[in-house]
Amino acid sequence: MALEKVSQHILVPKHEILSKEEADKLVKKYGISIDNMPKIKKDDPVVEEIGAKKGDILKITRKSPTAGEFVYYRIVE
Amino acid sequence: MIIKRIEAIEFGVLSPQQIRKLSAIEIKNPETYDKDGYPMEGGLMDPHLGVINPGLRCKTCGQKMKDCPGHFGHIELIRPVIHPEFSKKIEELLHATCKECGKIMITQDKLELYKQFIGNPEAMLEKRIVAKTKKLKQCPHCGAEKKEIFLDKPTNFYYGEDRIYPTQIREWLEKIKDDDLRLMGYNPERLKPEWFIITALLVPPIAVRPSITLETGIKSEDDLTHKLVDIIRINLRLKDNIEAGAPQLIIEDLWDLLQYHVTTYFNNNTAGIAPAKHRSGRPLRTLVQRLQGKRGRFRYNLTGKRVNFAARSTVTPDIYLSINEVGVPEEIANELTVSEFVTKWNIKEIKELVKHGKVNYIIRPNGTRKKVTDSTKDEIIKELDIGFKVERILMNGDIVLFNRQPSLHRLSMMAHTVKVMPGRTLRLNPIVCKPYNADFDGDEMNLHVPQTEEGKTEARELMLVEKQVISPRYGAPVIILDEDGVSGCFILTLKSTKFTKAEAERLFYVLDIKELPKPDIENKYYSGKLIFSQLLPKGLNLEYQSNMCKVLRESEICKKCEKGNCPYDAYVKIVDGKLVSGVIDALSLGEGKGKLVDEIARVYGPETIRKFYDGAGKIAVEIVSIFGMTVGLDEYEPSEKVKSIKAKALEEGLQQAKKVVEKYEKGTLPHLPGKSLEESFEITMMRIGNEIKQRVEKEIIKEKVLELIEKPRYNSIVMILSGSRGSVTNLTNLVGLWGQAAVREGRPKRGFKKRAIALLKKGEEGLISGGFIENNFMDGMNPIEYFFHSMGGRQGEVDTGVSTKVSGYLYRRLANSLKDLSINQDLTVRTASKDIVQFLYGEDGVFPKNTKKGKSIEVETEIEKII
Repeated sequence: MALEKVSQHILVPKHEILSKEEADKLVKKYGISIDNMPKIKKDDPVVEEIGAKKGDILKITRKSPTAGEFVYYRIVE
Repeated sequence: MIIKRIEAIEFGVLSPQQIRKLSAIEIKNPETYDKDGYPMEGGLMDPHLGVINPGLRCKTCGQKMKDCPGHFGHIELIRPVIHPEFSKKIEELLHATCKECGKIMITQDKLELYKQFIGNPEAMLEKRIVAKTKKLKQCPHCGAEKKEIFLDKPTNFYYGEDRIYPTQIREWLEKIKDDDLRLMGYNPERLKPEWFIITALLVPPIAVRPSITLETGIKSEDDLTHKLVDIIRINLRLKDNIEAGAPQLIIEDLWDLLQYHVTTYFNNNTAGIAPAKHRSGRPLRTLVQRLQGKRGRFRYNLTGKRVNFAARSTVTPDIYLSINEVGVPEEIANELTVSEFVTKWNIKEIKELVKHGKVNYIIRPNGTRKKVTDSTKDEIIKELDIGFKVERILMNGDIVLFNRQPSLHRLSMMAHTVKVMPGRTLRLNPIVCKPYNADFDGDEMNLHVPQTEEGKTEARELMLVEKQVISPRYGAPVIILDEDGVSGCFILTLKSTKFTKAEAERLFYVLDIKELPKPDIENKYYSGKLIFSQLLPKGLNLEYQSNMCKVLRESEICKKCEKGNCPYDAYVKIVDGKLVSGVIDALSLGEGKGKLVDEIARVYGPETIRKFYDGAGKIAVEIVSIFGMTVGLDEYEPSEKVKSIKAKALEEGLQQAKKVVEKYEKGTLPHLPGKSLEESFEITMMRIGNEIKQRVEKEIIKEKVLELIEKPRYNSIVMILSGSRGSVTNLTNLVGLWGQAAVREGRPKRGFKKRAIALLKKGEEGLISGGFIENNFMDGMNPIEYFFHSMGGRQGEVDTGVSTKVSGYLYRRLANSLKDLSINQDLTVRTASKDIVQFLYGEDGVFPKNTKKGKSIEVETEIEKII
């Protein structure tokens, strides 16, 4: 059966848009500028699906062989 | 430090105006020095080009040698010549434009369409334009006729039948409009194509082409200077001839000669012309040759830097060295130096060293150096004071870095302490071969001496061998005993091994144990286990199943584990640093397993594991030389029982295979899930072959193991049982049978039409004709088997060759791309420009060296500790 959304696929981890406050907190925590963040293209299928805009920070929750679950952040560009 | 990001690099061509502006002096004189040996004014060695003698001041900038960067000069060419490296670009432009009006020979409306692609390299505008205009005979703008352009490589241009000279080409190029240049991929604000024609030639500073004075006092000039002299000479002759009104033919000849010299000045390997030679017949090394190739500026000087304070020699083994030590030949130790500060605590010792000639230099607090010689010795001892630095030769206990290429590993470079020894090779304990991947068939290794206190401390605290026992890659021991080391410990800890007092004393002596323990067997014999226990730290408690236990279980000799009461003595139990039961084998010591070593290294620390290895290494070699590790042909003679089992297995297997073949030919063979009929047949046949081998293998190992346990013989069976070398399969290949020959995970198929080798009948199917080998190495194979066996052998050989090549390059690329990543204080992994790669190192923030095989906590052992 064809999947309707990419996020339904088993290999696509959970993507969420970070709120303004959370994003500020994150930037402050790591002391980074936006240039130093890992990036994700704005035409990435997941980005399009959750409707993130350029400049949004995505919170990605992945499964990790070492830590069980791991949170990663990427900025839409 | 200011770090800036490079946005772009622009390459361009200097204009004649820029060259004249850059130039400190015009070079007119072909002579370099006058008869007194002073540089000629206006010559190639003119002092305006920069100073090369210390003390003198530069005539251009007024600075001394150290600060003067050198200055360019220039030569005004009387007739322009073509820059040989740009002749292709010139040809392109001449093809595309009109000789009369200088416009691109495409109608204006079409050119407008092209304009949108300016700056897009993928459009390859210039190639398209040239392709369109090359064959045109008339200009669409001015209607002028155009003849074909032909480039006689490297620098001669023809317009139709007639030669056109650089002056004419320059005029032509000057006509081309800026808009048209943009279409051809040029930025006319920065670069004009007429600059491809050289009217003023830049002369590099003297520092680029230094002259050398031989001992005889004869000055020898650099190749570039020679070439420039040639250019000036011809330039002058051309000038004289033109002024004297010489015939056109002579002038053109000289012009061509000037062109030749300029061409070879840039690149003496230009295709189509003879390289310029030195008087001796050696080709000159001009500008391109200086940069290009393996020995050029880039690969030789910029990427291949060399260091001082280093030594290199063949390595040889020495088991009496500690794993931390490296044996350094006296010759090397006397040459290498370490710098050391003179303090109030060591001044006495250092003076003593000076007295014995072990100090080469002293460095005063103001930085001046003085060499220590026999005649200056006494004076220096008097002068030497706190605050001085000395450069003394290498001595026992100094810390050095030891390295073997390829350095793929953190462990490819480790710190050792020096032990000065006679001989000419560097020596290392064979236990550290593993991390370096060294052997002694002629391997050479490098040694580097850290010079600063910081460097020495860093090496000692971070890089010392004893601190590298656990791999930072997979969290298990990498520095391990192997081969004879494991076999030795295995034989020593066998239940049947016991020593008389005299025999044991030899071992205690090797271990340097002065207080002898009490004999534990009948008050007069020492058990091997007791001797081995001397190596273990107090308080060590461990329990696990050994490698022998694994072999016993797999061969179905042992069916139920009785732990401490194991009838085969395969269950290792260590209580308070005493080996109570079990044998020490590959599972205790070996790579990736090494339960015993792992525990000692983690719980008791680097020093304890070093002592363990130093002792175990020596004692293992001692044991192996006492008992002997050897093989005899009779060991590989199969017993009657094995023979009968093999015969039975073979008969049944062949019978079974025959039935399968029949079914296959009739087409009634059941399909395996997801496979075709042919595939199912192949898989079934492979399976039958492997089953036969397994049946024989099981019997052989059962017999050999029991034989060893009842009556120990120190041979290859010991190696298999202890896991030090060889496998059960290897033994079966010798005693039992080889089994199915495999090529690419299947039976050999390709060879001839409908058969794998020419010895078979066409279309024949069956176990034997599919590459099953029923003989072993002891009996020898028949021709069919031999050919099948070599097919598998060849594939193995090819695979190792290919995989080392492929994986080596793959690893290099990976290492190069990851080399600048580092862990920051907030445990993020970042690139050199601080871009985040991981928000937490390894996603759990744990260094693999501190894990047990990648697991940060081993739940079972933690629970065991509590209970």
